Amino acid sequence: MSTTTAKPRMTKLQRREAIAGYLFISPWIVGFLVFTLGAMVYSLVISFSHYQLATDTARPAGFSNYQALVEDPKVMTALANTLYYAVLAVPLEVLLALGLALLLNSQRRGAGLFRTIFYLPKMTPVVATASVFLLLLNGSQGAINRGLAAIGIDGPQWLLDPAWIKPSIVLMTLWGVAGTMVIFLAALQNVPTDLYEAASLDGAGAFRRFWNVTLPMISPAIFFNVLVLTIAAFQIFDQAFLLFHRDTVQGSSDASLFYAIYLFQQAFRQFNFGFAAAMAWLLFLIILVISLIQMRVGNRFVYYESEEAR
Amino acid sequence: MSSPVQPGQIQEAHVVAPEPAEPVERADASPRRRRRRPGPALSPLGRVGEAVRWVLLLGCSALFLYPFAWLLAASFKPRGEVFDNRLIPQTWQPENYVQVFDELPLVAWLGNSLLIAVLAAALVTVSSSLVAFGFAYFRFPGRKVLFGVVLATMMLPGAVTLVPQFLIWNQLGFVGTHVPLWGANLFGSAFYIFLQRQFFLSLPKELFEAARIDGLSAWGQFWRIAFPLSVPSFVIVFLFEFQASWNNLQGALIYLNAGSPEAYTVPLGIASAMTKYSPTSGGHGDYQYVMVAALIVTLPMLILFAFGQRSFIEGLATSGRKG
Repeated sequence: MSTTTAKPRMTKLQRREAIAGYLFISPWIVGFLVFTLGAMVYSLVISFSHYQLATDTARPAGFSNYQALVEDPKVMTALANTLYYAVLAVPLEVLLALGLALLLNSQRRGAGLFRTIFYLPKMTPVVATASVFLLLLNGSQGAINRGLAAIGIDGPQWLLDPAWIKPSIVLMTLWGVAGTMVIFLAALQNVPTDLYEAASLDGAGAFRRFWNVTLPMISPAIFFNVLVLTIAAFQIFDQAFLLFHRDTVQGSSDASLFYAIYLFQQAFRQFNFGFAAAMAWLLFLIILVISLIQMRVGNRFVYYESEEAR
Repeated sequence: MSSPVQPGQIQEAHVVAPEPAEPVERADASPRRRRRRPGPALSPLGRVGEAVRWVLLLGCSALFLYPFAWLLAASFKPRGEVFDNRLIPQTWQPENYVQVFDELPLVAWLGNSLLIAVLAAALVTVSSSLVAFGFAYFRFPGRKVLFGVVLATMMLPGAVTLVPQFLIWNQLGFVGTHVPLWGANLFGSAFYIFLQRQFFLSLPKELFEAARIDGLSAWGQFWRIAFPLSVPSFVIVFLFEFQASWNNLQGALIYLNAGSPEAYTVPLGIASAMTKYSPTSGGHGDYQYVMVAALIVTLPMLILFAFGQRSFIEGLATSGRKG
């Protein structure tokens, strides 16, 4: 990889350096122009047209895809389901992950082994998880309801009762919560011990130490996890698809119709690309707004150590 | 031309470099950092706390491990007993592990998934590190802005580019082939570029200055110095992408679903087998084959984790640090 002859303006050396730099990042530039920026522009164009896959032609549609979006009650259903799922899943994931991380962080013996055990579900491919949970969650024979019956609880029809469909997906998601846990664990281990010692000398109990030392110190990790988990929750697809939407014949209830599922159905089952592209842009806007709100709120509560360069 | 890197420097670089790793590695190692409860260590309250912690840890472990035990047991059961929730099969039927290969084109699926995952992971590792090296060590107009764009694309929801990417691959004539499942990895991926750049920046700058003075070309600096020193972060990127590709259900659904089952990847294959065999969705009930297949698709990941646990956890801890 040789750099060619130089011209004035920058020094010869600077110019060679710049050319080398551009050459190194050129794969990303090409990919960005085609698969990100190009794709986004393309998507915007498609959302304003009626696209025919068979003939690869598009005729202008004006705002009709967006109008159809607003008028389709299923879009609202999907949006409501997704929002409900996110509101249910994200706090539970954060709480469980933080709880497990705190347990591991205060454990002397076997912490590494426990961490490994908690992490195994995260390594399990989602198809395998779903194929097992499909049976564990079975209302009449499933192990979860058998277990609940053993302690005197009459378990619900997880996969059939519309009210329990979202909790059953949350349960599956919680099983793989270790990714979030590991991020908390790293944050907890970065809290300087002298802060705890100082707090103890000031007479702070365990709870006060957690509330006034641990929580502020790990607030960047909490913020990061909430942000990332929310974005992921809004795009929930695999679990819902595997449990409820594998085949088109099976008339699954509207309660499991999540936004990404409906988008997928519109695009790749109905070949309604214009509508699907419009749906994607609506989702983009919603995620953007929610992320911005979270960042504003986050800025008020998150404590960043100023001297630590990021 | 010999590499200007001295062995001693490499050693040092290794110690300095994986800075993100440090805190996590302490997870199980350092008793010094563990002084969380000052004062009398074995007060009655402390002892109760310790017991409660053990109970919670063991209880959670049991809950987290139960589905694995359930899956393992179910994979050895005959047709009528798959759903009986026994952790030790009443009737052992190890033949499942042979018959599954007659029932499902599992070998083809595993081959497809393996090929795609290796290609996807290798390509994204190399391309991302090239790009990261460009951002880390060269000054050029627009560098900061472009790197800002890299970071911004990390926040872009995948759903937004799903449809147009399909249409692009369709126009290139690759729908129905495996190419769309690894093709975009030729161009690097934002998170991995970020991760690799962090790693490159942690390498001592003097190495590269010395090499430049010795007349090593930009490519030589990458290939002879940065590349050999970045093996730890390569492993992280490779493993992450391998796992993501191995898990990729949506991509397979979009690009392979209409084709012949022989061309499926394992996730798509098992999804179709779930429908075929699950009695609750109208299948004919030999669900033990799904269980065997699920176990077989999981095993490579567990083995990967056994060898690369450190890398997985370091990589995740780093992702948390960018927030």
